[in-house]
Amino acid sequence: MGRKVAFLVLIITALIVCYPILFILAGSFMGEAEIKNYLLPMLTDSDAFVTWQLIPEMPTLRYYVELLLDSPEFFRMFWNSVKLVVLILAGQLAAGVPAAWALAKMKLPFPRALLFLYIILMMMPFQVTMLSNYLVLDTLKLLDTHSAIILPAVFSTFPVFIMHRFFSSVPEALLEAARIDGAGELLIFVHIGIPLGSGGIISAMMLGFLEYWNLIEQPLTFLKTKSLWPLSLYLPNISLENAGIAFVSSVAAFIPALLIFIGGQDYLEQGIVASALKE
Amino acid sequence: MRQPRRLCRQSTCILRSKKYRAGICFLLPSLLGVTIFVLIPFADVIRRSFAATITETWVRLSNYAAVFQNYAFQLAAKNTLRFVAVCIPLLILISLAAAVFLHRQIYGHYVKTAFLLPMAIPTASVVLLWKILFHENGLLNGSLSKLGISGADWMNTNYAFWILAVVYIWKNLGYTIVLWMAGLASISADIYDAAKVDGAGEWKIFTKITVPCLLPVLYMITVLSFLNSFKVFREAYLVAGDYPHESMYLLQHLFNNWFTDLSLDKMAAAAVIVALVILILILMLQRVWDREEKK
Repeated sequence: MGRKVAFLVLIITALIVCYPILFILAGSFMGEAEIKNYLLPMLTDSDAFVTWQLIPEMPTLRYYVELLLDSPEFFRMFWNSVKLVVLILAGQLAAGVPAAWALAKMKLPFPRALLFLYIILMMMPFQVTMLSNYLVLDTLKLLDTHSAIILPAVFSTFPVFIMHRFFSSVPEALLEAARIDGAGELLIFVHIGIPLGSGGIISAMMLGFLEYWNLIEQPLTFLKTKSLWPLSLYLPNISLENAGIAFVSSVAAFIPALLIFIGGQDYLEQGIVASALKE
Repeated sequence: MRQPRRLCRQSTCILRSKKYRAGICFLLPSLLGVTIFVLIPFADVIRRSFAATITETWVRLSNYAAVFQNYAFQLAAKNTLRFVAVCIPLLILISLAAAVFLHRQIYGHYVKTAFLLPMAIPTASVVLLWKILFHENGLLNGSLSKLGISGADWMNTNYAFWILAVVYIWKNLGYTIVLWMAGLASISADIYDAAKVDGAGEWKIFTKITVPCLLPVLYMITVLSFLNSFKVFREAYLVAGDYPHESMYLLQHLFNNWFTDLSLDKMAAAAVIVALVILILILMLQRVWDREEKK
Protein backbone atom coordinates (compact mmCIF):
# COMPACT_ATOMS: atom_id res chain seq x y z
CA MET A 1 0.00 0.00 0.00
CA GLY A 2 2.73 2.42 1.06
CA ARG A 3 4.62 1.60 -2.11
CA LYS A 4 1.64 2.44 -4.29
CA VAL A 5 1.23 5.82 -2.59
CA ALA A 6 4.91 6.57 -3.00
CA PHE A 7 4.76 5.63 -6.67
CA LEU A 8 1.79 7.92 -7.12
CA VAL A 9 3.75 10.75 -5.50
CA LEU A 10 6.61 10.09 -7.91
CA ILE A 11 4.31 10.16 -10.93
CA ILE A 12 2.78 13.42 -9.80
CA THR A 13 6.27 14.86 -9.30
CA ALA A 14 7.21 13.64 -12.77
CA LEU A 15 4.17 15.43 -14.20
CA ILE A 16 5.15 18.63 -12.42
CA VAL A 17 8.63 18.24 -13.85
CA CYS A 18 7.13 17.96 -17.35
CA TYR A 19 4.68 20.82 -16.81
CA PRO A 20 6.92 23.46 -18.44
CA ILE A 21 6.85 21.54 -21.73
CA LEU A 22 3.08 21.23 -21.70
CA PHE A 23 2.82 24.91 -20.81
CA ILE A 24 4.92 26.04 -23.77
CA LEU A 25 3.16 23.62 -26.13
CA ALA A 26 -0.25 24.93 -25.07
CA GLY A 27 0.85 28.50 -25.65
CA SER A 28 2.09 27.71 -29.13
CA PHE A 29 -1.40 26.63 -30.26
CA MET A 30 -3.21 29.69 -28.94
CA GLY A 31 -4.45 32.59 -31.01
CA GLU A 32 -3.52 36.20 -30.40
CA ALA A 33 -6.69 37.10 -28.52
CA GLU A 34 -6.47 34.11 -26.19
CA ILE A 35 -2.82 34.73 -25.23
CA LYS A 36 -3.41 38.46 -24.73
CA ASN A 37 -6.40 37.63 -22.59
CA TYR A 38 -4.38 35.35 -20.31
CA LEU A 39 -1.25 37.47 -20.09
CA LEU A 40 -2.95 40.89 -19.86
CA PRO A 41 -2.16 41.35 -16.14
CA MET A 42 1.58 41.19 -16.93
CA LEU A 43 1.36 43.67 -19.79
CA THR A 44 -0.62 46.31 -17.95
CA ASP A 45 -0.44 47.61 -14.42
CA SER A 46 -3.27 45.84 -12.71
CA ASP A 47 -4.00 43.84 -9.58
CA ALA A 48 -5.30 40.83 -11.49
CA PHE A 49 -3.24 37.71 -12.06
CA VAL A 50 -2.22 35.77 -15.12
CA THR A 51 -4.30 32.66 -15.81
CA TRP A 52 -3.50 29.74 -18.08
CA GLN A 53 -5.07 26.70 -19.75
CA LEU A 54 -3.14 23.62 -20.77
CA ILE A 55 -5.70 23.01 -23.52
CA PRO A 56 -6.29 26.07 -25.73
CA GLU A 57 -9.91 27.08 -26.11
CA MET A 58 -9.55 27.77 -29.80
CA PRO A 59 -6.47 25.89 -31.03
CA THR A 60 -4.87 27.44 -34.07
CA LEU A 61 -1.76 26.95 -36.15
CA ARG A 62 -1.64 30.64 -36.96
CA TYR A 63 1.71 31.35 -35.33
CA TYR A 64 3.27 28.19 -36.73
CA VAL A 65 2.35 29.39 -40.21
CA GLU A 66 3.63 32.85 -39.43
CA LEU A 67 6.92 31.39 -38.16
CA LEU A 68 7.36 29.22 -41.25
CA LEU A 69 6.38 31.79 -43.85
CA ASP A 70 7.10 35.18 -42.43
CA SER A 71 10.04 35.26 -40.04
CA PRO A 72 13.39 35.37 -41.86
CA GLU A 73 15.05 36.44 -38.62
CA PHE A 74 14.05 33.25 -36.85
CA PHE A 75 15.41 31.14 -39.66
CA ARG A 76 18.72 32.95 -39.69
CA MET A 77 19.16 32.27 -35.95
CA PHE A 78 17.98 28.69 -36.36
CA TRP A 79 20.58 28.05 -39.06
CA ASN A 80 23.23 29.80 -37.00
CA SER A 81 22.51 27.29 -34.24
CA VAL A 82 22.55 24.34 -36.64
CA LYS A 83 25.80 25.51 -38.21
CA LEU A 84 27.51 25.99 -34.86
CA VAL A 85 26.40 22.63 -33.47
CA VAL A 86 27.23 20.64 -36.61
CA LEU A 87 30.68 22.17 -37.05
CA ILE A 88 31.53 21.84 -33.35
CA LEU A 89 30.50 18.18 -33.24
CA ALA A 90 32.30 17.41 -36.51
CA GLY A 91 35.46 19.01 -35.15
CA GLN A 92 35.15 17.13 -31.89
CA LEU A 93 34.87 13.88 -33.83
CA ALA A 94 37.88 14.63 -35.98
CA ALA A 95 40.18 15.71 -33.15
CA GLY A 96 38.59 13.95 -30.20
CA VAL A 97 38.01 10.35 -31.28
CA PRO A 98 41.68 9.61 -32.17
CA ALA A 99 42.82 11.45 -29.04
CA ALA A 100 40.49 9.40 -26.85
CA TRP A 101 41.71 6.19 -28.47
CA ALA A 102 45.34 7.21 -27.96
CA LEU A 103 44.72 8.00 -24.28
CA ALA A 104 42.88 4.71 -23.75
CA LYS A 105 44.83 2.18 -25.77
CA MET A 106 48.08 3.49 -27.21
CA LYS A 107 51.53 3.98 -25.77
CA LEU A 108 52.07 7.60 -24.75
CA PRO A 109 54.67 9.36 -22.67
CA PHE A 110 53.19 10.45 -19.30
CA PRO A 111 49.77 8.88 -19.98
CA ARG A 112 48.37 9.56 -16.51
CA ALA A 113 49.45 13.18 -16.50
CA LEU A 114 47.90 13.75 -19.93
CA LEU A 115 44.61 12.22 -18.88
CA PHE A 116 44.61 14.26 -15.69
CA LEU A 117 45.18 17.41 -17.71
CA TYR A 118 42.14 16.58 -19.85
CA ILE A 119 40.02 15.96 -16.75
CA ILE A 120 41.04 19.26 -15.16
CA LEU A 121 40.25 21.19 -18.32
CA MET A 122 36.88 19.55 -18.83
CA MET A 123 35.77 20.69 -15.40
CA MET A 124 36.62 24.37 -15.74
CA PRO A 125 33.48 26.53 -16.06
CA PHE A 126 33.28 29.28 -18.65
CA GLN A 127 34.18 32.02 -16.18
CA VAL A 128 37.66 30.51 -15.83
CA THR A 129 38.35 30.17 -19.56
CA MET A 130 36.49 33.34 -20.61
CA LEU A 131 39.43 35.73 -20.47
CA SER A 132 41.93 33.25 -21.94
CA ASN A 133 39.52 32.49 -24.79
CA TYR A 134 39.11 36.19 -25.41
CA LEU A 135 42.87 36.78 -25.50
CA VAL A 136 43.55 34.03 -28.01
CA LEU A 137 40.54 34.89 -30.20
CA ASP A 138 41.60 38.52 -30.21
CA THR A 139 45.15 37.55 -31.24
CA LEU A 140 43.82 35.36 -34.05
CA LYS A 141 41.37 38.13 -35.13
CA LEU A 142 38.44 35.75 -34.75
CA LEU A 143 36.23 37.83 -32.43
CA ASP A 144 32.70 38.38 -33.69
CA THR A 145 32.86 35.42 -36.09
CA HIS A 146 31.36 31.96 -35.71
CA SER A 147 34.88 30.55 -35.45
CA ALA A 148 35.16 32.28 -32.07
CA ILE A 149 32.50 29.90 -30.77
CA ILE A 150 33.44 26.83 -32.81
CA LEU A 151 37.21 26.56 -32.36
CA PRO A 152 37.42 26.62 -28.54
CA ALA A 153 34.47 24.18 -28.37
CA VAL A 154 36.08 21.75 -30.83
CA PHE A 155 38.96 21.33 -28.40
CA SER A 156 36.74 20.84 -25.37
CA THR A 157 38.16 17.88 -23.46
CA PHE A 158 34.82 16.62 -22.16
CA PRO A 159 33.95 14.42 -25.20
CA VAL A 160 37.51 13.05 -25.23
CA PHE A 161 37.07 12.00 -21.61
CA ILE A 162 33.68 10.34 -22.20
CA MET A 163 34.94 8.43 -25.26
CA HIS A 164 38.09 7.46 -23.38
CA ARG A 165 35.93 5.74 -20.75
CA PHE A 166 34.24 3.62 -23.42
CA PHE A 167 37.45 2.85 -25.35
CA SER A 168 39.11 1.69 -22.13
CA SER A 169 36.67 -1.20 -21.86
CA VAL A 170 37.71 -2.65 -25.24
CA PRO A 171 39.48 -5.93 -24.32
CA GLU A 172 43.25 -5.75 -24.65
CA ALA A 173 43.42 -9.36 -25.92
CA LEU A 174 41.54 -8.36 -29.05
CA LEU A 175 44.11 -5.70 -29.88
CA GLU A 176 46.98 -8.10 -29.17
CA ALA A 177 45.47 -10.66 -31.53
CA ALA A 178 45.15 -8.03 -34.25
CA ARG A 179 48.74 -6.90 -33.74
CA ILE A 180 49.99 -10.49 -34.04
CA ASP A 181 48.09 -10.76 -37.31
CA GLY A 182 50.11 -7.79 -38.46
CA ALA A 183 47.48 -5.05 -38.27
CA GLY A 184 48.85 -1.51 -37.98
CA GLU A 185 47.67 0.99 -35.36
CA LEU A 186 45.43 2.81 -37.83
CA LEU A 187 43.80 -0.41 -38.96
CA ILE A 188 43.16 -1.46 -35.35
CA PHE A 189 41.63 1.92 -34.56
CA VAL A 190 39.32 1.89 -37.59
CA HIS A 191 38.26 -1.77 -37.46
CA ILE A 192 38.21 -2.48 -33.72
CA GLY A 193 38.29 0.79 -31.80
CA ILE A 194 35.60 2.76 -33.62
CA PRO A 195 33.04 -0.09 -33.90
CA LEU A 196 33.46 -1.23 -30.29
CA GLY A 197 33.54 2.32 -28.94
CA SER A 198 30.67 3.61 -31.06
CA GLY A 199 28.38 3.74 -28.02
CA GLY A 200 30.78 6.14 -26.36
CA ILE A 201 31.11 8.27 -29.47
CA ILE A 202 27.34 8.57 -29.76
CA SER A 203 26.99 9.35 -26.03
CA ALA A 204 29.59 12.10 -26.26
CA MET A 205 27.92 13.58 -29.34
CA MET A 206 24.50 13.57 -27.65
CA LEU A 207 25.74 15.31 -24.53
CA GLY A 208 27.56 17.70 -26.84
CA PHE A 209 24.45 18.44 -28.87
CA LEU A 210 22.41 19.30 -25.77
CA GLU A 211 25.23 21.53 -24.54
CA TYR A 212 25.87 23.42 -27.77
CA TRP A 213 22.24 23.78 -28.79
CA ASN A 214 21.97 25.66 -25.52
CA LEU A 215 24.92 28.04 -25.90
CA ILE A 216 24.50 31.28 -23.95
CA GLU A 217 27.70 32.50 -22.35
CA GLN A 218 30.07 32.16 -25.32
CA PRO A 219 27.99 33.95 -28.00
CA LEU A 220 27.04 36.57 -25.44
CA THR A 221 30.72 37.33 -24.86
CA PHE A 222 32.24 36.84 -28.30
CA LEU A 223 29.51 37.78 -30.81
CA LYS A 224 28.62 41.46 -31.00
CA THR A 225 26.73 41.23 -34.30
CA LYS A 226 23.21 40.08 -33.52
CA SER A 227 22.69 38.42 -36.90
CA LEU A 228 25.36 35.89 -35.90
CA TRP A 229 23.58 34.87 -32.70
CA PRO A 230 22.31 31.34 -32.18
CA LEU A 231 18.68 30.70 -31.38
CA SER A 232 19.41 30.08 -27.70
CA LEU A 233 20.52 33.67 -27.22
CA TYR A 234 18.01 35.28 -29.56
CA LEU A 235 14.84 33.63 -28.25
CA PRO A 236 14.63 35.36 -24.86
CA ASN A 237 14.81 38.72 -26.63
CA ILE A 238 11.35 38.28 -28.13
CA SER A 239 9.18 40.47 -25.93
CA LEU A 240 5.96 39.39 -24.29
CA GLU A 241 4.10 41.70 -26.67
CA ASN A 242 4.82 39.05 -29.30
CA ALA A 243 4.11 36.14 -26.97
CA GLY A 244 2.52 34.07 -29.73
CA ILE A 245 5.65 34.04 -31.86
CA ALA A 246 7.78 33.55 -28.73
CA PHE A 247 5.89 30.38 -27.81
CA VAL A 248 6.13 28.89 -31.29
CA SER A 249 9.84 29.73 -31.54
CA SER A 250 10.42 28.10 -28.16
CA VAL A 251 8.76 24.92 -29.40
CA ALA A 252 10.79 25.05 -32.61
CA ALA A 253 14.02 25.37 -30.62
CA PHE A 254 12.99 22.50 -28.40
CA ILE A 255 12.05 20.02 -31.15
CA PRO A 256 15.58 19.14 -32.36
CA ALA A 257 16.71 18.59 -28.78
CA LEU A 258 13.63 16.46 -28.09
CA LEU A 259 14.21 14.31 -31.18
CA ILE A 260 17.81 13.69 -30.18
CA PHE A 261 16.67 12.87 -26.66
CA ILE A 262 14.00 10.38 -27.77
CA GLY A 263 16.31 8.79 -30.32
CA GLY A 264 19.16 8.20 -27.96
CA GLN A 265 18.03 8.24 -24.35
CA ASP A 266 19.99 5.06 -23.62
CA TYR A 267 23.18 6.53 -25.04
CA LEU A 268 22.55 9.71 -23.09
CA GLU A 269 22.25 7.74 -19.86
CA GLN A 270 25.40 5.76 -20.67
CA GLY A 271 27.21 9.02 -21.27
CA ILE A 272 26.02 10.45 -17.97
CA VAL A 273 27.12 7.33 -16.13
CA ALA A 274 30.48 7.33 -17.91
CA SER A 275 31.07 10.88 -16.75
CA ALA A 276 31.01 9.77 -13.14
CA LEU A 277 31.54 6.10 -12.50
CA LYS A 278 34.64 4.03 -12.58
CA GLU A 279 34.11 0.54 -13.96
CA MET B 1 74.92 17.53 -40.80
CA ARG B 2 75.78 15.28 -37.91
CA GLN B 3 75.78 17.87 -35.20
CA PRO B 4 72.20 19.25 -35.52
CA ARG B 5 70.90 15.76 -35.96
CA ARG B 6 72.29 14.61 -32.66
CA LEU B 7 70.88 17.68 -30.95
CA CYS B 8 67.54 16.95 -32.46
CA ARG B 9 67.66 13.42 -31.18
CA GLN B 10 68.41 14.58 -27.67
CA SER B 11 65.69 17.17 -27.40
CA THR B 12 62.96 15.24 -29.12
CA CYS B 13 63.82 11.70 -28.20
CA ILE B 14 60.28 11.14 -26.99
CA LEU B 15 58.78 12.32 -30.26
CA ARG B 16 61.30 10.31 -32.26
CA SER B 17 61.04 7.01 -30.44
CA LYS B 18 59.11 4.52 -32.45
CA LYS B 19 57.28 3.22 -29.40
CA TYR B 20 55.32 6.43 -28.95
CA ARG B 21 55.10 7.66 -32.53
CA ALA B 22 51.65 6.30 -33.42
CA GLY B 23 50.09 7.34 -30.12
CA ILE B 24 51.42 10.87 -30.41
CA CYS B 25 50.13 11.19 -33.97
CA PHE B 26 46.65 10.26 -32.73
CA LEU B 27 46.74 12.64 -29.79
CA LEU B 28 48.52 15.56 -31.43
CA PRO B 29 45.65 17.36 -33.21
CA SER B 30 43.65 17.48 -29.99
CA LEU B 31 46.60 18.34 -27.76
CA LEU B 32 47.75 21.06 -30.13
CA GLY B 33 44.28 22.63 -30.10
CA VAL B 34 44.13 22.45 -26.33
CA THR B 35 47.56 24.06 -26.07
CA ILE B 36 46.69 26.92 -28.43
CA PHE B 37 43.18 27.62 -27.16
CA VAL B 38 43.56 26.86 -23.47
CA LEU B 39 47.01 26.28 -22.05
CA ILE B 40 48.99 29.14 -23.60
CA PRO B 41 46.27 31.77 -23.12
CA PHE B 42 45.69 30.63 -19.56
CA ALA B 43 49.40 30.99 -18.84
CA ASP B 44 49.00 34.54 -20.17
CA VAL B 45 46.04 35.04 -17.81
CA ILE B 46 48.19 33.96 -14.86
CA ARG B 47 50.86 36.45 -15.93
CA ARG B 48 48.26 39.19 -16.30
CA SER B 49 46.87 38.47 -12.86
CA PHE B 50 50.13 39.88 -11.48
CA ALA B 51 50.23 42.88 -13.82
CA ALA B 52 48.32 46.13 -14.37
CA THR B 53 45.97 46.07 -17.37
CA ILE B 54 47.20 48.94 -19.46
CA THR B 55 50.79 49.59 -18.46
CA GLU B 56 51.46 45.85 -18.00
CA THR B 57 53.76 46.68 -15.09
CA TRP B 58 54.37 44.13 -12.37
CA VAL B 59 51.99 44.77 -9.46
CA ARG B 60 52.54 41.59 -7.48
CA LEU B 61 49.43 40.60 -5.52
CA SER B 62 47.54 43.87 -5.72
CA ASN B 63 45.05 42.53 -8.29
CA TYR B 64 44.24 39.68 -5.93
CA ALA B 65 43.86 42.10 -3.05
CA ALA B 66 41.56 44.25 -5.19
CA VAL B 67 39.44 41.23 -6.08
CA PHE B 68 39.06 40.06 -2.50
CA GLN B 69 38.17 43.58 -1.34
CA ASN B 70 35.69 44.14 -4.17
CA TYR B 71 32.12 44.23 -2.88
CA ALA B 72 30.70 42.69 -6.07
CA PHE B 73 33.17 39.80 -5.81
CA GLN B 74 32.30 39.18 -2.18
CA LEU B 75 28.62 39.22 -3.05
CA ALA B 76 28.99 36.97 -6.09
CA ALA B 77 31.29 34.51 -4.31
CA LYS B 78 28.98 34.45 -1.28
CA ASN B 79 25.92 33.81 -3.48
CA THR B 80 27.69 31.14 -5.49
CA LEU B 81 28.85 29.37 -2.31
CA ARG B 82 25.45 29.72 -0.69
CA PHE B 83 23.83 28.37 -3.81
CA VAL B 84 26.11 25.35 -3.76
CA ALA B 85 25.65 24.77 -0.02
CA VAL B 86 21.86 24.84 -0.30
CA CYS B 87 21.22 23.18 -3.65
CA ILE B 88 23.63 20.29 -3.70
CA PRO B 89 22.45 18.60 -0.47
CA LEU B 90 18.84 19.16 -1.56
CA LEU B 91 19.45 17.76 -5.02
CA ILE B 92 21.35 14.76 -3.66
CA LEU B 93 18.71 13.82 -1.10
CA ILE B 94 15.73 14.24 -3.43
CA SER B 95 17.38 12.32 -6.25
CA LEU B 96 18.55 9.53 -3.92
CA ALA B 97 15.03 9.05 -2.59
CA ALA B 98 13.65 8.96 -6.13
CA ALA B 99 16.38 6.60 -7.39
CA VAL B 100 16.07 4.11 -4.52
CA PHE B 101 12.41 3.95 -5.25
CA LEU B 102 12.51 3.86 -9.04
CA HIS B 103 15.25 1.25 -8.97
CA ARG B 104 12.80 -1.50 -8.06
CA GLN B 105 9.78 -0.35 -10.06
CA ILE B 106 8.75 -2.02 -13.30
CA TYR B 107 7.65 1.28 -14.81
CA GLY B 108 10.55 3.14 -13.22
CA HIS B 109 12.14 3.58 -16.62
CA TYR B 110 9.29 5.79 -17.88
CA VAL B 111 9.27 7.94 -14.79
CA LYS B 112 13.03 8.33 -15.11
CA THR B 113 12.53 9.56 -18.68
CA ALA B 114 10.19 12.23 -17.39
CA PHE B 115 12.79 13.40 -14.88
CA LEU B 116 15.53 13.39 -17.52
CA LEU B 117 13.56 15.45 -20.01
CA PRO B 118 14.32 18.90 -18.50
CA MET B 119 17.98 18.29 -19.27
CA ALA B 120 17.12 18.26 -22.97
CA ILE B 121 14.99 21.41 -22.93
CA PRO B 122 17.01 24.41 -24.09
CA THR B 123 17.08 27.07 -21.40
CA ALA B 124 15.83 29.61 -23.88
CA SER B 125 12.68 27.60 -24.53
CA VAL B 126 11.46 27.77 -20.95
CA VAL B 127 12.51 31.29 -20.10
CA LEU B 128 9.05 32.40 -21.15
CA LEU B 129 7.50 30.09 -18.55
CA TRP B 130 9.76 31.31 -15.73
CA LYS B 131 8.85 34.88 -16.60
CA ILE B 132 5.10 34.19 -16.62
CA LEU B 133 5.24 31.96 -13.54
CA PHE B 134 7.21 34.28 -11.26
CA HIS B 135 5.99 37.71 -12.37
CA GLU B 136 4.38 39.89 -9.71
CA ASN B 137 1.03 39.34 -11.43
CA GLY B 138 2.06 35.92 -12.65
CA LEU B 139 0.70 32.40 -12.42
CA LEU B 140 2.27 31.49 -9.09
CA ASN B 141 0.88 34.52 -7.28
CA GLY B 142 -2.45 33.90 -8.99
CA SER B 143 -2.61 30.34 -7.66
CA LEU B 144 -1.51 31.46 -4.21
CA SER B 145 -4.13 34.18 -4.05
CA LYS B 146 -6.81 31.59 -4.76
CA LEU B 147 -5.60 29.78 -1.65
CA GLY B 148 -5.75 33.05 0.26
CA ILE B 149 -1.97 33.46 0.50
CA SER B 150 -0.47 36.72 -0.62
CA GLY B 151 2.47 36.18 -2.96
CA ALA B 152 5.61 38.17 -3.55
CA ASP B 153 7.51 39.83 -6.36
CA TRP B 154 9.59 36.69 -6.69
CA MET B 155 12.33 37.86 -9.01
CA ASN B 156 12.97 41.16 -7.25
CA THR B 157 13.21 40.04 -3.65
CA ASN B 158 15.34 37.54 -1.75
CA TYR B 159 13.06 34.81 -3.10
CA ALA B 160 14.95 35.13 -6.40
CA PHE B 161 17.68 32.95 -4.92
CA TRP B 162 15.20 30.21 -4.10
CA ILE B 163 13.60 30.39 -7.52
CA LEU B 164 17.03 29.78 -9.00
CA ALA B 165 17.51 26.83 -6.63
CA VAL B 166 14.22 25.26 -7.75
CA VAL B 167 15.14 25.71 -11.42
CA TYR B 168 18.55 24.12 -10.82
CA ILE B 169 17.02 21.10 -9.09
CA TRP B 170 14.36 20.80 -11.79
CA LYS B 171 17.03 20.72 -14.47
CA ASN B 172 19.54 18.39 -12.76
CA LEU B 173 17.26 15.92 -11.00
CA GLY B 174 17.21 13.44 -13.89
CA TYR B 175 20.97 13.52 -14.38
CA THR B 176 21.54 12.76 -10.71
CA ILE B 177 18.86 10.06 -10.57
CA VAL B 178 20.56 8.27 -13.48
CA LEU B 179 23.86 8.35 -11.58
CA TRP B 180 22.30 7.03 -8.38
CA MET B 181 20.50 4.28 -10.27
CA ALA B 182 23.73 3.19 -11.93
CA GLY B 183 25.29 3.01 -8.48
CA LEU B 184 22.35 1.02 -7.14
CA ALA B 185 22.49 -1.39 -10.07
CA SER B 186 26.12 -2.14 -9.28
CA ILE B 187 25.29 -3.48 -5.79
CA SER B 188 24.94 -7.23 -6.14
CA ALA B 189 21.62 -8.77 -5.22
CA ASP B 190 23.37 -11.46 -3.18
CA ILE B 191 24.23 -9.02 -0.40
CA TYR B 192 20.59 -8.01 -0.11
CA ASP B 193 19.43 -11.61 -0.07
CA ALA B 194 21.94 -12.49 2.62
CA ALA B 195 20.81 -9.55 4.74
CA LYS B 196 17.16 -10.53 4.34
CA VAL B 197 17.93 -14.12 5.36
CA ASP B 198 19.59 -12.70 8.48
CA GLY B 199 16.35 -10.87 9.19
CA ALA B 200 17.43 -7.28 8.56
CA GLY B 201 14.64 -4.74 8.04
CA GLU B 202 14.27 -2.38 5.08
CA TRP B 203 15.69 0.62 6.90
CA LYS B 204 18.59 -1.35 8.31
CA ILE B 205 19.41 -2.73 4.84
CA PHE B 206 19.31 0.81 3.46
CA THR B 207 21.61 2.33 6.08
CA LYS B 208 24.01 -0.60 6.48
CA ILE B 209 24.30 -1.84 2.89
CA THR B 210 22.92 0.60 0.33
CA VAL B 211 24.40 3.81 1.72
CA PRO B 212 27.96 2.49 2.26
CA CYS B 213 27.98 0.92 -1.22
CA LEU B 214 26.87 4.24 -2.73
CA LEU B 215 29.54 6.36 -1.05
CA PRO B 216 31.93 6.48 -4.03
CA VAL B 217 29.02 7.51 -6.26
CA LEU B 218 28.16 10.21 -3.77
CA TYR B 219 31.58 11.84 -4.17
CA MET B 220 31.21 11.81 -7.92
CA ILE B 221 27.70 13.22 -7.81
CA THR B 222 28.78 15.99 -5.48
CA VAL B 223 31.57 17.12 -7.78
CA LEU B 224 29.47 16.90 -10.96
CA SER B 225 26.57 18.74 -9.32
CA PHE B 226 28.99 21.42 -8.21
CA LEU B 227 30.23 21.86 -11.75
CA ASN B 228 26.73 21.86 -13.21
CA SER B 229 25.74 24.47 -10.64
CA PHE B 230 27.77 27.04 -12.59
CA LYS B 231 25.34 26.61 -15.47
CA VAL B 232 22.38 28.14 -13.60
CA PHE B 233 23.85 31.42 -14.75
CA ARG B 234 21.96 30.78 -18.00
CA GLU B 235 18.59 30.81 -16.29
CA ALA B 236 19.52 33.75 -14.09
CA TYR B 237 20.78 35.76 -17.04
CA LEU B 238 17.96 34.98 -19.44
CA VAL B 239 15.25 35.72 -16.90
CA ALA B 240 16.78 38.71 -15.12
CA GLY B 241 19.54 40.12 -17.34
CA ASP B 242 22.95 41.59 -16.48
CA TYR B 243 22.00 42.97 -13.08
CA PRO B 244 19.50 40.62 -11.41
CA HIS B 245 18.31 40.90 -7.82
CA GLU B 246 21.42 40.81 -5.70
CA SER B 247 20.55 37.49 -4.07
CA MET B 248 21.16 35.79 -7.42
CA TYR B 249 24.16 37.79 -8.61
CA LEU B 250 26.62 35.01 -9.47
CA LEU B 251 30.31 34.91 -10.35
CA GLN B 252 29.53 34.67 -14.07
CA HIS B 253 27.52 37.92 -13.87
CA LEU B 254 30.52 39.56 -12.26
CA PHE B 255 32.92 38.25 -14.92
CA ASN B 256 30.59 39.51 -17.67
CA ASN B 257 30.38 42.94 -16.10
CA TRP B 258 34.13 43.17 -15.61
CA PHE B 259 34.54 42.10 -19.22
CA THR B 260 32.25 44.92 -20.34
CA ASP B 261 34.25 47.40 -18.22
CA LEU B 262 37.51 45.92 -19.56
CA SER B 263 38.75 45.25 -16.01
CA LEU B 264 40.94 42.51 -17.38
CA ASP B 265 43.34 42.58 -14.43
CA LYS B 266 40.60 41.77 -11.95
CA MET B 267 39.19 39.15 -14.32
CA ALA B 268 42.58 37.48 -14.58
CA ALA B 269 43.05 37.32 -10.82
CA ALA B 270 39.51 36.07 -10.22
CA ALA B 271 39.85 33.43 -12.97
CA VAL B 272 42.99 32.12 -11.28
CA ILE B 273 41.21 32.02 -7.90
CA VAL B 274 38.21 30.11 -9.28
CA ALA B 275 40.50 27.75 -11.20
CA LEU B 276 42.45 27.02 -8.02
CA VAL B 277 39.33 26.25 -6.01
CA ILE B 278 38.16 23.86 -8.71
CA LEU B 279 41.60 22.28 -9.03
CA ILE B 280 41.56 21.46 -5.31
CA LEU B 281 38.14 19.88 -5.78
CA ILE B 282 39.36 17.76 -8.67
CA LEU B 283 42.38 16.58 -6.70
CA MET B 284 39.99 15.39 -4.01
CA LEU B 285 37.95 13.61 -6.68
CA GLN B 286 41.05 12.02 -8.13
CA ARG B 287 41.98 10.63 -4.72
CA VAL B 288 38.58 8.99 -4.42
CA TRP B 289 38.93 7.52 -7.89
CA ASP B 290 42.37 6.14 -7.09
CA ARG B 291 41.16 4.65 -3.85
CA GLU B 292 38.36 2.94 -5.78
CA GLU B 293 40.84 1.51 -8.23
CA LYS B 294 42.90 -0.09 -5.48
CA LYS B 295 39.90 -1.93 -4.07
